[in-house]
Amino acid sequence: MVMGDLVTEVDVAVLGGGPGGYSAAFRCAELGLETVMIDAGHRLGGACLYEGCIPSKALLHVAAVLGEAERAKEFGVDFGEARISLDPMRKWKAERVVGKLARGLASVAKAKGVAVIGGRGAFEDSRSIRVGGDEPQVVRFKHAILATGSVPVMPPELAIGSDRIMDSTAALEVPDIPERMLVVGGGYIGLELGQVYAALGSRVTLVELTEGLLPGVDRDLVQPLARRCEKLFAAIHLGRKVSALKPSAGAIEAAIEGEAPQTFDRVLVAVGRRAVTESLGLEATRAALTERGFVAIDERCRTGDPHLYAIGDVTGEPMLAHRAMRQGKVAAECIAGRPSAFDNVAVPAVVFTDPEVAWCGVMEAPAGREVKVAKFSWAASGRAATIGRSDGLTKLIVDAASNRVIGAGIVGPGAGELIAEAALAIETAVTAEDLAVTIHAHPTLSESLMEGAESLLHRSSP
Amino acid sequence: MSRTFVLPDLGEGLVEAEIRTLLVTEGDLIKEDAPLLEVETDKAQVEIPSPFAGRVEKIHVQPGQTVKVGQPLVSFGDAAGATASAPAAPRQSAPAAPVAVPKAPTSPPSAASSRQSMAAPAKADGVAVAATPSTRRLARELGVDLRGVQGTGPGGRITDDDVRGARGKPTAAAAPAASRAPAPSGPAKPLAAVGLEPPPLPKFEQWGPVERQPLSHLRRTIAERMALSAALIPHVTHFDKADVTDLNTMVTRSFETAKQHGITLTLTSFLLKAAALALHEHPQFNASLDPGAGELIFKRYCHLGIAVATERGLIVPVIRDADKKPVMELARELASLAQRVRDGKAALDDLRGGSFTITNIGALGGTGAIPIINYPEVAILGVARGREEPVVRGGRIVPRTMLPLSLTFDHRVADGADGARFTQAVIRRLEAPETLFAEW
Repeated sequence: MVMGDLVTEVDVAVLGGGPGGYSAAFRCAELGLETVMIDAGHRLGGACLYEGCIPSKALLHVAAVLGEAERAKEFGVDFGEARISLDPMRKWKAERVVGKLARGLASVAKAKGVAVIGGRGAFEDSRSIRVGGDEPQVVRFKHAILATGSVPVMPPELAIGSDRIMDSTAALEVPDIPERMLVVGGGYIGLELGQVYAALGSRVTLVELTEGLLPGVDRDLVQPLARRCEKLFAAIHLGRKVSALKPSAGAIEAAIEGEAPQTFDRVLVAVGRRAVTESLGLEATRAALTERGFVAIDERCRTGDPHLYAIGDVTGEPMLAHRAMRQGKVAAECIAGRPSAFDNVAVPAVVFTDPEVAWCGVMEAPAGREVKVAKFSWAASGRAATIGRSDGLTKLIVDAASNRVIGAGIVGPGAGELIAEAALAIETAVTAEDLAVTIHAHPTLSESLMEGAESLLHRSSP
Repeated sequence: MSRTFVLPDLGEGLVEAEIRTLLVTEGDLIKEDAPLLEVETDKAQVEIPSPFAGRVEKIHVQPGQTVKVGQPLVSFGDAAGATASAPAAPRQSAPAAPVAVPKAPTSPPSAASSRQSMAAPAKADGVAVAATPSTRRLARELGVDLRGVQGTGPGGRITDDDVRGARGKPTAAAAPAASRAPAPSGPAKPLAAVGLEPPPLPKFEQWGPVERQPLSHLRRTIAERMALSAALIPHVTHFDKADVTDLNTMVTRSFETAKQHGITLTLTSFLLKAAALALHEHPQFNASLDPGAGELIFKRYCHLGIAVATERGLIVPVIRDADKKPVMELARELASLAQRVRDGKAALDDLRGGSFTITNIGALGGTGAIPIINYPEVAILGVARGREEPVVRGGRIVPRTMLPLSLTFDHRVADGADGARFTQAVIRRLEAPETLFAEW
């Protein structure tokens, strides 16, 4: 430490102001710990609020309205051709959605007495962080919570320095509506943003390295989404790689394996995210990284350094805001001496495409256990028929020995909301019978969970 | 990387423990959850399982040593060859990044820090342990490893009651270590003073050779508590005798039937029942005095302590809600509780929360004793050996089995007449045993 440094002494310093970081900081404050947050962008909400969950959902809502208007022709309502103005759309997203939520978070931080320091922070040792930027200072802490999150990955062969090549952050700004757009990556980010641009009028070509969209997700859940994408997108190339991109006359020429070179106006690269662990001074602490470059933690979110906790994307998959938020509370409670642990069984995952895909818990039999699987097709759902969406599916995975619900997957409109009930069932060790005899309002899509559970009961006791 | 295991939080208010036995030696390669050492607290002897797998690099403590919560116990080296058997994580998919980024299993901790607890992760054979998040939190609070708990709820769900019931049981089905010789005692420490400063002792060496031996943790606890009670409470004792001839006949008659149900019927279980019923009538004996507040605190529960002599010294386990349990249940609980205590396996909660104590020294003979009140209770019932005596009934001398009782109580709370009435209330029930059996 240098003489003359401004030194702030606190109980807890939270590095990173994303959903994990602010959840941790707010919980610390509630537990009576003096807490500051250090965020490089001097903002609360992180990638989730500014370049992830929230803006993408705002744009997907635009896409959903366009999709519904198109579908309305089927029952005799024609709105005519949609006229899209990007300026009001961007303004609405930035001010009425992101801005409103950001102001809300700032006022919560103020109310809870959590100060936010703007600037990049790096550990000097296990008890202090040096913050650069406009408010240079040293923050001395008893405990720190590392919540620096993740950033999009840009493979070197695709990083050719053209602003026509976008990552998810750039694409969410909607600089224009490109006539021809290439999406590299068929995971949830590529699919969500691909659908946004397709709805706005772009001809979208999607290339995915593996043999199917949403790798790792059950095929029966992906199938209705794949069918919808086939209609929305100009082309989908599976099992193919984009081997090179090069600028050509105000556009980008893409070499897609097995295809003739094609020209696109813009390219979205959505091939994954990586943890932000560099330039943090972690080597000055006892925190260790895993082989895959994440900060190693235990179930109490403790790193190898007794003063340092880590939460959220920086600790690995699944990189989901709600996981980070729960971990943040766990870390705060452990620091306050409470017997907390991240022992959650179900971390729901939602892809907010049309149709939505959501799942949680185990999706296949764990080693040595037998499971029963119930599938309820929305073709038999009254509610699905009334909204013209009978292509959905609700799937339950039940432990054969105990009849407990241990996994669930849903595809269809509103799957992201419906999965909440399944998450509660799994987390609280509910049996198929409990789910089957709970009255679900009719006609709703939530009945599909009840129906699925009921079909298992009759199968087990004929 | 070396990892150090510190003495975990052992429960409410306990800040230190005495190391009894080391179950590992330096250089041992051990598995996670294998028994590491035994400690003795003010309340109980507890086996502490290892939170890590690995080689025992250094043992920081010795038997007999008193350690504080958070103090290092054992350091571990790399887990070479003895990695904790982490079951392959079930596929719990997340929105996968589109390019082949395989899903990462939850990273193991690279090192441990303070506040290590005995609670364990909530996974067993690939399926999550069936318990709600609040029940899992309770298990962490009580230091219960859910993987060893049998759930009684639907689908094998573990309830809060299951967790409370499992509290204090050893967490790992560990083979007992070959030698568990009593620990040599550590350095001696002064007793906590109770008001009076004891005068210096004479030099006994002037009269002959002496040997000084430090007190064990338990002996010291007993000594401090007895001195506290004797110094603070004005003790008064009331003597009486109960005619237990009929009760004896009844116990003898029912002994075999009870045996068939796996219950050893003893006089003590009837004493518990009789005392519980008498306490209902005389609640000032089921109370504690708060001299600071000038208030008497009546307990609206009836948890009876029962003094048990063990090799290590006197221990008083507690039977909860004795007033609500039939005699047979009391007999069953008493037998298992006494066994746990003698085995040094009693849980902390087996040993606290008592509101009245019974001490039965009849097995060792005697015609009466004046026990010291188990502070901060109000009274203690002493029971000596029942003997056949010549008793005058209706002008004739008949042989009757008489049980000597002594009620020692806090004279600040009750007077001689109250003590006599309470003792009579106990006797009345012992002499009409059908009232005790009524609740079968």
